[in-house]
Amino acid sequence: MTTQEKLVGYRRDTKSHPPLDSPGYRSTALRHPTQPLTLLPHRLTEVTGPLLGPGRIGPLDHDLTRQHAGEPIGQRIIVYGRVLDADGRPIPDSLVEIWQANAGGRYRHTGDRWPSPLDPNFDGVGRTLTDADGRYEFVTIKPGAYPWRNHDNAWRPAHIHFSLFGRSFTQRLVTQMYFPDDPLFGQDPIFNSVPERARSRLIARFDLDRTQPEWALAFEFDIVLRGRDATPLEDHHG
Amino acid sequence: MAELATTPSQTVGPYLHIGLTWDDGPYVVPKGTPGATWLRGRVLDGAGEVITDALVETWQADPNGRFDHPDDSWGPAPGWRGFGRSDTRDGGYAIHTVLPGAVPGQAPHIDVSVFARGLLHRVVTRVYFPDHADQHADDPVLSSVPANRRDTLIATRAEDGYRFDVRIQGERETVFFDV
Repeated sequence: MTTQEKLVGYRRDTKSHPPLDSPGYRSTALRHPTQPLTLLPHRLTEVTGPLLGPGRIGPLDHDLTRQHAGEPIGQRIIVYGRVLDADGRPIPDSLVEIWQANAGGRYRHTGDRWPSPLDPNFDGVGRTLTDADGRYEFVTIKPGAYPWRNHDNAWRPAHIHFSLFGRSFTQRLVTQMYFPDDPLFGQDPIFNSVPERARSRLIARFDLDRTQPEWALAFEFDIVLRGRDATPLEDHHG
Repeated sequence: MAELATTPSQTVGPYLHIGLTWDDGPYVVPKGTPGATWLRGRVLDGAGEVITDALVETWQADPNGRFDHPDDSWGPAPGWRGFGRSDTRDGGYAIHTVLPGAVPGQAPHIDVSVFARGLLHRVVTRVYFPDHADQHADDPVLSSVPANRRDTLIATRAEDGYRFDVRIQGERETVFFDV
């Protein structure tokens, strides 16, 4: 542990992400920077990051079907996978946060007022930590689709919001997981904002082997965060 | 090892509060910490309207310029949280913290992520402080920014701490970084 030790930055992944200016998604119009981004070479603040989680997770935070006295309405599902970096290395002990609508497509949020009922037994919020192999698992119910006002007769495909920290400020990611074969994909500007060849990475895989007979369906969703550069940064503290 | 393709980003959407709000989110340091201060500001869109469905996250070194992280080989700071998170539903964000120390070779700074409905990917900026103006000329990041935009990265003094508004678009647009 000396100051001579070299820091290693993270590879950029510019081909994976949606452009901030995506006209099909109308809210981006006034919410995207118009000046070019300034390249920020990675230094100590960027290669470190919050390693939070232990102490933040309650025993039932990973099971969204057991957070109330009764069970929520809806199709019970297991959502599981691994959090990896782009070199295939598992990211252990890392906080995973999710939130979602209920089976009818309604969020427990004061801003969501479309006429679909709230479920008294469903908050739609989960947290867990990845294990030593980067694995996570939630039990929840399949969220419903819901309408929004982006364009005429606009509907969001069913999705679960995911928030990941990884091991560094650079790896922070917020995304959405979708379900296979959703007929609403074609008209959704948020899903389609992603470069075409990268879209399939947002869709979970149905996994018959992980279903629980007479209990729950299962979907696998691996999340890949940025990998590390091959060579150390030239100027450790500069 | 074969390289895996990374997972794309998506917006946090308008209902981020149910998933990402923590009671202690704004507290990088607990109430009553000596030297603690508030970093507050608004997040504004291209029409100058306040964005009330944004989330601001901060990441910073401790007052000695250190992090509690295995990659900080310079000297770990066990128990230093370094992280703050605040939504903007009350018209702005508020982070309770202490001024960071200088990471070697750089002026003291806080890395900031902003998420919001309408942002398909976070935007990243940095906060510097007027207290360290004498170190700003030599800071490699500030120096990489056009001189006439550097002041968008420097907080101003306020009654109970500092003010740092984030202008996503338009006049005096904040400098954002490609990290």
